[in-house]
Amino acid sequence: MSKILGAFMVVLVLLLPFSAFAAPPMIQIVAPWEISSKDPSRAGFVYGRLEVAETLVNVDLNGSHIPGLAASWDTSDDGRIWRFTIRPDVRFHDGTLMTTETVVNSLLIARQKPGVLNRAPVESIEADNEAIVLTLSEPFSPILSFLTHYSTMILAPAAYDESGNVVEVIGTGPYRITLLQPPQKMEVAVFTEYWGPQPKIERAGYLAAGRGETRALLAESGEAHVVFTIDPASVQRLARRDHLEIRTVPLPRIVSLKLNCAHPGLEDVRVRQALSLAIDRAGIAQAILRQPDLVANQYFPPSMQAWHLSDSAPLRYDTEQARHLLQEAGWHVNDAGKLERDGQLLQVEIVTYPDRPELPLIAAAVQDQWRSVGVEATIAISNSSVIPARHQDNSLEIGLISRLLALVPDPLGILVQDFAPGGGDWGAMNWNSDQLSAILAKLIVSGENDTAEELNRQVSEILHEEMPIIPISWYQQTVAVSRQVTNVIIDPFERVYNISAMEWNEQ
Amino acid sequence: MNQATIGYRVFQAFLVAFLVGLGTFIMVRVLPGDLAYRIAAGRYGYDLVDSVAAEAVRLELGLDGSPILAFLSWFWDLIRFDLGYSLVTGELVRDAIFHELGHSVDLAATALILSLFIGPPLGLLAGFRPGSIIDRLVLASSVVFRSIPHFAIGLVLIMIFSIQAGLLPVAGHGHPLSRVLPALTLALGLAAVSSRIARDAMIKVRESDYYLFGRTKGLSESQVFFRHGLRNVSVPIITYLGMQFVYLIEGVVVVETLFAWPGIGHSLVHAIVARDIPMIQGTAFVMGLMFVFLNALVDFLNRLVDPRERVV
Repeated sequence: MSKILGAFMVVLVLLLPFSAFAAPPMIQIVAPWEISSKDPSRAGFVYGRLEVAETLVNVDLNGSHIPGLAASWDTSDDGRIWRFTIRPDVRFHDGTLMTTETVVNSLLIARQKPGVLNRAPVESIEADNEAIVLTLSEPFSPILSFLTHYSTMILAPAAYDESGNVVEVIGTGPYRITLLQPPQKMEVAVFTEYWGPQPKIERAGYLAAGRGETRALLAESGEAHVVFTIDPASVQRLARRDHLEIRTVPLPRIVSLKLNCAHPGLEDVRVRQALSLAIDRAGIAQAILRQPDLVANQYFPPSMQAWHLSDSAPLRYDTEQARHLLQEAGWHVNDAGKLERDGQLLQVEIVTYPDRPELPLIAAAVQDQWRSVGVEATIAISNSSVIPARHQDNSLEIGLISRLLALVPDPLGILVQDFAPGGGDWGAMNWNSDQLSAILAKLIVSGENDTAEELNRQVSEILHEEMPIIPISWYQQTVAVSRQVTNVIIDPFERVYNISAMEWNEQ
Repeated sequence: MNQATIGYRVFQAFLVAFLVGLGTFIMVRVLPGDLAYRIAAGRYGYDLVDSVAAEAVRLELGLDGSPILAFLSWFWDLIRFDLGYSLVTGELVRDAIFHELGHSVDLAATALILSLFIGPPLGLLAGFRPGSIIDRLVLASSVVFRSIPHFAIGLVLIMIFSIQAGLLPVAGHGHPLSRVLPALTLALGLAAVSSRIARDAMIKVRESDYYLFGRTKGLSESQVFFRHGLRNVSVPIITYLGMQFVYLIEGVVVVETLFAWPGIGHSLVHAIVARDIPMIQGTAFVMGLMFVFLNALVDFLNRLVDPRERVV
């Protein structure tokens, strides 16, 4: 056996000089997200992050809108007509010039597909000289933010077939695709005719690795330069490696419980508050997420400055108070230690999905914590699509979900859907607040202005008080960055990897 | 192989195609959950799946139509070698399978060849001296490698060869050395069993009358092994290879995910989660055909090494 192993090692050593992996000529990015398609509506995030294709509007690290393929824009007084002036002399990777017609073509196709544009009240998109005119049926301030979303990226006319399917990703970005092997691999090289400054890094590779262990090992071995979503268990080990730096960036994402407020047990706000009081968030953050500061003490994480309340009373863990509130709401602990009212037990079903591996674990923790106050919860682990499906047929009782609040940098577009009267697929369920609806309607019309801050605050307070959704924890992105590269900027909105700004470390 | 056998295999292939197609079709339809929602989740991800996306999918794919018509149309397309388009990626299923199956076959074949260099030689060595230290060592290591899950073997191999020694890539594909670790992970599990088969076969052959007679008439140990032993030992090993394909398919799913290898096992799991019916049917169909083909190949090889079969 040792002979064979020895021979095997000899072969490996002989092959070593031919191996290119030891000194990769390209920046290697590793992330868990697979490249499922060429279509921006399905996998546009990866083409946006690798700077292959661009959108009309961009955002800076603070979430402010900055010009992208649109050099400037203005809006009519009634907020219904938006004019975007197109950047001149922009070329697609196939050499064709970007014109207003090609932009309109891309946007019209994007609007027909699920994404964000089909959720905005867009009446028409037309070309007018050097500008694109977007007419809305009613004022809708998040439209600017919607145009930063990857599903609205601009591709060359040759990228589409006659029915609007994307056959090739031909964008305008500083990098063009040189190899595309869905679902795992992609390589890009610098596009020399890019309209902006030429990047220093000439080639980059993207590898989708689903397992956290694999990603951590890729960072550890030095094969990958920037590795996203490092699992909590690997962070400490990687931090000890000299060639790596661990960075964390807060993400506008939240784990929460979506409650069916028409459920006989959950319609009483006191029960919802009691359920929130009975959750040990610190324990969950410590034991499952291994990040004590991810405890969600309100709905909006601190990274969403405009919405986060810095002075609100944080959500507490207080089982005594929970029992008290439940009693007030008419629920009494029976002989078996379970809550009962008029002969009915307080029973709920928590539905969750394994796409984010921490969710089933959190569900089990919540189930256990609620048992201590007498709430009988069962857990059903299914597919993410079950949440909207069972919201629609009204059979959902409680969903444990992970919600990206800033799908686009401005969360307003999401909030309007999630807290529409009666609720939204991923938001409240059978819950109404006339006050909240009125505020959101006001914000949709006015957008960012002086009164916005106060209105945002009121939204946060209503959610905090009424608990149609119980927040559990926030998120952060943990990235392992190799010291071989410098100037690595991690985007909190996860729109771009900023490879064009990176440089090789000469030292 | 005579015509009757070939005809039988072709008939078997046709039957497999029909049954696999029917089976996957029924199974996908009776699985819980709304098809349109499932496909929408597969397409747009968990952050964008909602009732609007699901309705768009339902409308686009005509999911409300008759399931019997849908099946008949799939089978009609299949007869014309058209596997259709993936409901999730929109790519041709044929292209996806070609790309992914190619990688899986690459991996499986490398693993099988590696395992043939590890398992049978060790087994034969053990079989020559039953009860010796080598025999016991081989037994112990085969128990260890067969009982540890692929996932753990793979991680240990990465730790040794990539992190500590820095000799091989951790994961990914495209580099000629990328396949070594995933293939070795699978090969160790395969060799664990084939070494046992080889050992037992070797002991049986060594105890046979013809082997003893060979020794008695004055042939050396190696002469008698290469003239009378090897061929006889090969028959059970080759037969067993046929059964190892099942183990390979099972192992490939885990190993491909761990090593970020773009294979069919990995994509089949995704297709089932997303209810990508054409992709599931296409993959199951091609895998079914592969089984038929490989079993035929094993029969053929056995006939080649064992002349007795030809006489009968």
